[in-house]
Amino acid sequence: MADLTTNFIGITSPNPFWLASAPPTDKEYNVRRAFEAGWGGVVWKTLGEAGPPVVNVNGPRYGAIYGADRRLLGLNNIELITDRPLEVNLKEMRRVKRDWPDRALIASLMVPVNEDAWREILQRVEDTGCDGVELNFGCPHGMSERGMGSAVGQVPEYVGQVAYWCKKHSNLPVIVKLTPNITDIRKPAQAAKEGGADAVSLINTINSITSVDLDLFAPEPTIDGQGAHGGYCGPAVKPIALNMVAEIARDPATAGLPISGIGGVTTWRDAAEFMALGAGNVQVCTAAMTYGFKIVQEMISGLSQYMDDKGFTSVDQLVGRAVPNVVNWKDLNLNYVTKAKINQDDCINCGRCYAACEDTSHQAIAMSEDRVFTVKDDECVACNLCVNVCPIEGCITMERMAAGMVDPRTGEVVREEYANWTTHPNNPGRCAAE
Amino acid sequence: MRDRQLAPGIVAGRIDAAALQGNFTDLHPPLDDHEALVAADRCYFCHDAPCITACPTSIDIPLFIRQIATGTPEAAAKTILSQNILGGMCARVCPTETLCEEACVREAAEGQPVLIGRLQRYATDRLMDKGVHPFRRAAPTGRRVAVVGAGPAGLACAHRLAMKGHDVTLYDGRAKPGGLNEFGIAAYKSTDSFAAREVDWLMQIGGITLATGQRLGREIVLDQLRQDHDAVFLGIGLGGVNALGLAGEDREGMRDAVDFISELRQADDLSRLPVGRDVVVIGGGMTAVDAAVQAKLLGALNVTLVYRRGRDRMNASRYEQDLAASKGVRIVTNATPIAVHGNGAVREVEFEYSDDDLRPTGERFRLAADQVFKAIGQTLEGADLPALDGRKIAVSDRGRTSLPGVWAGGDCAAGGDDLTVTAVAEGRDAAEDIHATLMAEG
Repeated sequence: MADLTTNFIGITSPNPFWLASAPPTDKEYNVRRAFEAGWGGVVWKTLGEAGPPVVNVNGPRYGAIYGADRRLLGLNNIELITDRPLEVNLKEMRRVKRDWPDRALIASLMVPVNEDAWREILQRVEDTGCDGVELNFGCPHGMSERGMGSAVGQVPEYVGQVAYWCKKHSNLPVIVKLTPNITDIRKPAQAAKEGGADAVSLINTINSITSVDLDLFAPEPTIDGQGAHGGYCGPAVKPIALNMVAEIARDPATAGLPISGIGGVTTWRDAAEFMALGAGNVQVCTAAMTYGFKIVQEMISGLSQYMDDKGFTSVDQLVGRAVPNVVNWKDLNLNYVTKAKINQDDCINCGRCYAACEDTSHQAIAMSEDRVFTVKDDECVACNLCVNVCPIEGCITMERMAAGMVDPRTGEVVREEYANWTTHPNNPGRCAAE
Repeated sequence: MRDRQLAPGIVAGRIDAAALQGNFTDLHPPLDDHEALVAADRCYFCHDAPCITACPTSIDIPLFIRQIATGTPEAAAKTILSQNILGGMCARVCPTETLCEEACVREAAEGQPVLIGRLQRYATDRLMDKGVHPFRRAAPTGRRVAVVGAGPAGLACAHRLAMKGHDVTLYDGRAKPGGLNEFGIAAYKSTDSFAAREVDWLMQIGGITLATGQRLGREIVLDQLRQDHDAVFLGIGLGGVNALGLAGEDREGMRDAVDFISELRQADDLSRLPVGRDVVVIGGGMTAVDAAVQAKLLGALNVTLVYRRGRDRMNASRYEQDLAASKGVRIVTNATPIAVHGNGAVREVEFEYSDDDLRPTGERFRLAADQVFKAIGQTLEGADLPALDGRKIAVSDRGRTSLPGVWAGGDCAAGGDDLTVTAVAEGRDAAEDIHATLMAEG
């Protein structure tokens, strides 16, 4: 079994699976259960300033969307940072870290944007023996209305400034947690790096309304007939998170900046994808909230098996492996020609590929009287929609045409060499070909 | 308890009332909301779905399942009922395993079709429980149509005609409407007087006058009906029963299966309904299975269903055969009855094994029997009917007979399977043709 020991900005943990700062990490009780279940690290629920803690709503704080069979695909929350006194949290953190020295324990922090506030909180959390701090610049609801959370994360200058203060007033590794509620994720990441942060973590939750109660005419979760936007997370946000991780990983200005990947990680496979796109570890919340802490066992066994299959002996060999293959559209090979192919042995004749292609795409699938579905190569543009809507995995595949063959759709010979838009004759701004 | 089950002859109360009640509850209990959503989630919403093609009434199954999945079972019910006004009964009695569910692509994919029949029941039950009738009668046309037979074909025809604004008189020879839905289906498929409730619900369309106790050739005759109406639809079913043609066929204890099924359906108290200890059912169709299973459920000790050809030739579906076997019915195939033995009452039936082409093998055996149900097919009865095709009324694909102004459908008409759902389709389609014909006449 592959060794999953992870060293993330000097913080070691037995595996790369951390629980994100969120409801599951709000208390000693939960965190102990998480460590007993096997989680490699925990980012404690965000701490605020000393004094009276924040309060939460007393009605529902989560909303959800579902896939088939009521599988939870997306979760939205309007919970704020910890609503327990700072002293209680610090005391518990100290006890847990003492008992679980091999696990990563990170303090998530959110205080107003002034140097004294940050210096004050940093001194207090250092005493817990925690391994690092994560600056919560991501929460999009509630705290942002008070000038914290995503209100900071949306202004790169603030991000850099606070990161700088934290490095100045503490020796702890600093992770900056980024909000996705921004046009260009690279800007706050660059600011964090310039401010001296050791790493970024992303994504925090996305502004969202999960649904509307059509009797009350109010957003859900509904509090006394009204609702506020919340933060969206879970499997539904994974594609957005993967892209943002990759954007930072391949930006020359932030290349090499350690990333903790967050956003819909539900299985070992999701984790491996984040890591391949540059994340040094992952943080999980919704999957644990949906299924409990035990899921980490599947993540550990799955990633181990995958690494063994690939011959990887360290997670470092996986991290960033896919980053070079994330390119811009203009760099894609236009001489890569594929056609959809339907395996008739696997086909169950549902006709979804036909409906999708006939109604919404390129009329490239034929349907015979006896319901045999075949691809018309002279119409197929290889859009992949048929593959995507087919209920049988692997039934429809995209087959590459070999060089020298004639593409029946265009009548042109498939070329061997790589060629992209930058040299295409239809491109008015093309570069001269070699 | 055991003593009563062992008692020879045809006696009532072989098992206690509680066991009887349990035996005759719904074969497939209705889906609750959660079960319906889980089942509906499995539908792939196929293009030009094979299940629709497999349904004799062409119900848009993917659409109604999507309507269930999105929380509008009443809309789903309207989708069903607009194609099949007896969608509630068909959801209970259709051999879905050889129709829509056999064609379901998930049967191909996983051997587990979407539960189409039970979802259809879920939707139609929801609508009917609300007492909603989702169709409105068009403005009266002043045309009068006689529909003869208030079974599935007649009811479907009458409803469609009434909806089009015609005035319908619905005749039936029995005291109650419903036909085989009321008298000819196993009790565990239509519990809580569903057939009668469905007819009441159907009649809410208005414009249908029910005339019971009016049997064709007895109280009413076709010529007079034709004179008094603008059109006539015959949905008279098959009133006669085939005989075995054996000596001793009239012995005490020998009975037509359809009579037993009918009596059982109409019984108020099953504990007072007598049944034999050793029951033999002769036949291989749904009627044979319904009789055999219900005899067993009533408490018969030994029930043997004997069919003259191989299992794969039985008209009862594999599912029905397995149902019978699961209830303890012994199925014997490739055996032809050759004699009924007894002294006054039947004591034994003698069979001879035969091959699939009914060639006798010379191997014979006897089965003890104090009650024998004959279920070897029903026949058309009646004089002065339109021209026949074989033993049934010849019809065009729109139900037209050889007589002008006379249509026919259901079991009495040639072509199509003898299924409730087929009868509904034929009654409905004939109504559409009658309507088009009457309107074209101006």
